[in-house]
Amino acid sequence: MAEALLSVQGLRKHYGGLAVTNDVSLEVLPGEIHALIGPNGAGKTTLIHQITGTVAPDAGRVVFAGTDITRLSLPRRVQAGLARSFQITSIIAGFSVLENVALAAQAQSGSSFGFLRPAAGETVLNDAARNALNEVGLADRAMIIAGALSHGEKRALEIAIALATRPRLLLLDEPLAGAGPEETERLIALLRRLKSRYAILLVEHDMQAVFALADRISVLAEGRIIASGGTTEIRASDEVRAAYLGEEEIPC
Amino acid sequence: MPRLRLDVALTLLVLAALALAPLLGFGANHYLTLFARIMILAAAAVSLSFLVGGAGLASLGHAAAMGVGAYAVAILDAHRLTDITIVLPVAIVAAALFSLLTGAIAIRTEGVNFIMITLAFGQMAFFTASSLAPYGGDDGYTLYDRTEIFGLRLMENRLFFHYLCLGFLLFCWGFCAMLLASRFGRVLRAARENPLRVQAVGFAPYPFRLLAYVIAGTLAGLAGVLFANATEFVAPAYMGWQRSGELIFMVILGGLGRLSGAILGAVLFVLLETWLPNLTTHWKMIFGPLLILAVLFMRGGLIGFLGARRG
Amino acid sequence: MSTGLFLVQALNGLQLGILLFLVAAGLTLVFGVMDFINLAHGVQYMLGAYLGAALAAATGSFWLGLLWALPAALIFGLLLEVLVFRHLYDRDHLSQVLATFGVILFLNQAVKAIWGAAPLQVPVPALLEDGVVLMPGLQYPLYRIAVLCAGIATALGLWFLVERTRLGMLVRAGATNAPMVSALGVDIRRLFMLVFAFGAMLAGFAGVLAGPIFSVEPGMGDHVLILAFVVIVIGGIGSIRGAFIAALIVGLTDTLGKSLMPDLMRLFLDPSAARQTGAALASMLVYIAMAAILAFRPRGLFPARSG
Repeated sequence: MAEALLSVQGLRKHYGGLAVTNDVSLEVLPGEIHALIGPNGAGKTTLIHQITGTVAPDAGRVVFAGTDITRLSLPRRVQAGLARSFQITSIIAGFSVLENVALAAQAQSGSSFGFLRPAAGETVLNDAARNALNEVGLADRAMIIAGALSHGEKRALEIAIALATRPRLLLLDEPLAGAGPEETERLIALLRRLKSRYAILLVEHDMQAVFALADRISVLAEGRIIASGGTTEIRASDEVRAAYLGEEEIPC
Repeated sequence: MPRLRLDVALTLLVLAALALAPLLGFGANHYLTLFARIMILAAAAVSLSFLVGGAGLASLGHAAAMGVGAYAVAILDAHRLTDITIVLPVAIVAAALFSLLTGAIAIRTEGVNFIMITLAFGQMAFFTASSLAPYGGDDGYTLYDRTEIFGLRLMENRLFFHYLCLGFLLFCWGFCAMLLASRFGRVLRAARENPLRVQAVGFAPYPFRLLAYVIAGTLAGLAGVLFANATEFVAPAYMGWQRSGELIFMVILGGLGRLSGAILGAVLFVLLETWLPNLTTHWKMIFGPLLILAVLFMRGGLIGFLGARRG
Repeated sequence: MSTGLFLVQALNGLQLGILLFLVAAGLTLVFGVMDFINLAHGVQYMLGAYLGAALAAATGSFWLGLLWALPAALIFGLLLEVLVFRHLYDRDHLSQVLATFGVILFLNQAVKAIWGAAPLQVPVPALLEDGVVLMPGLQYPLYRIAVLCAGIATALGLWFLVERTRLGMLVRAGATNAPMVSALGVDIRRLFMLVFAFGAMLAGFAGVLAGPIFSVEPGMGDHVLILAFVVIVIGGIGSIRGAFIAALIVGLTDTLGKSLMPDLMRLFLDPSAARQTGAALASMLVYIAMAAILAFRPRGLFPARSG
């Protein structure tokens, strides 16, 4: 078995008496899509916050590419190669699509304490941005103000931004949230294209997408991982069915 | 973007008018005094616009940094140190250091607390200035001499001073515009709109913001040096929150988010403030409501207003 | 400094704190519930003082003046809300700062135009003219004690209103999460107006009480306003409890600082310089306290907003 790229070990987080994250461990291997699913309120968001560094865990470790990053801030983790997208679209609405991505490229290319040259004219950044936009199919929208994109396009832009940070692992927080059926199909195709080149930790509600894409699935319920395994295993698990009972059917 | 050209064109027109004014019969002392006030406050307003509109840091203590520069002139003057080779470095270091120390704390806070803590620092500076008994205390301090330039008393030449102020204003405008367009400015602008997004691509906004705060404060300090020379007088009121409020007003009046707006706003503000008292001693009863109306009905300031007119 | 003088200064400090609390309470509620920065809150305090002074002179009685000044301050607050403030709720903080700054300019000048620039003297009501003997040979004005008691009573009433009534619950909920309260079907505009007018009245009340102690003059609200902002920022925006504690801290720091600092400075400076430097340093103390508190707790001592 290959060395894990991301390894979460025994994470715990309590809010008052409530264990929101209760001894969670999981791994993401290079080149795999590891999906994290679970009913609403299972603690997915808090877990992601701990992996990305916006919430500090009470106990446990997050190890990325062999380094302990538990104490690193969000920006430092991104610099180390852990990129994320947000559940609620988070782009810079007043920037052009290109500049949104170029900003991310800038973080990976030299110092940003540059004061003299107009950043918009830097070909290195613009080229890197255009490459990322190409990958997600937004190349022809580069000069549009990002706020004017359709919802699905904004989701794709988020992924392009993440790609431009030259990540080794993508943490995608419900990338399909709010997308229409056509957009969903396009986004799934995009994720499939990315799969071989990046390790992906995918948090998603769309079960069809999850079962179509994931190599492995972990199920989170009430702060604990209740099941983890291949798609067939998870589909067959009674525990998972019980956790989801009343919320949504797992498609068989 | 035709709007961009319009506000820049208008600003350039105003600057050209200021450049030509002494040659076109507006060379009398009271005109030049007025112009100097306009240009110096405009330069300070541009630096504030860079901070508020560019970096999203709404400081209500910007006048304090300006006052630090002015007090550097006054304190050195009291010790008969008036040459620019001493005054300028001291003023720059003092304003930058003041901004660095206050900014390091202020930028940890957000939103309204930032407005309030910058106001508090401004008040501290104000009261410190009031306590400087050897330098005039509450009453302020009248300079013995204007700053000398390598031993030459050029600043006393009114035309020289006029063009010096104009040059400084142009410098501030160009410098801040350059910063905003640079990599550094891009991070600032992005962090103003969406700090979380900026962190998620790998930047910690704090050092960028702090540096912007120091740069803006230093520019304001330089404006303060000119202001002290223009009035040949320095007083604690230069640092008070009312003055900071006026600077903010200039920025908003012109149009937040455009540096040129600060210049237009400062021109309009100083003209109003000069002209209205001719009408009545209670001119603030007109000025106050004008301010309210401007906020209520001129969203986007003068520039937004002009843009809407055209569109 | 003698124990007696210290006691007097401490009482003065508490009383300044109480007045600050009355001003800050409205400010913090308006701020917490409506997310609205009202710089004009200070002039509402000034207006209370002027209305109290003018009405007391007209009726010949401080008490009648107080009685009439309260509804007048309330109506004035409503007027300002309808004319200016309600159009600013959905605007950014800077726009609010500016527009309310305009209100300050107007009212400060209007007061000057009507009553002149010279300070008005408001006599202490006859009933409270006497002093209270704190300790042998040390008297303290009864009026100031009364102000202290009235302020504490108001604070208790306010606490009851905010913590124990349905209206108070809505206000508290509004301070934490305004959209939610609005979603519950509460007419948020009416609630805003009510909180606003009530805050204006409290500030006016503080102004009337302050009349016989401080001089009633144009611009008297500005200094109080800034201190009140310091109070609500230290206390945590939207928190009544925070405002109360912070107001006492600020009142005591300011008053004790002003009497102690010059003495302290005299250790280093000659007497006249010590007086000036000491006074200025004392004025800085509250801002230093605020900066120190915000440096460690960027959202104040008792932040009301959870998000």
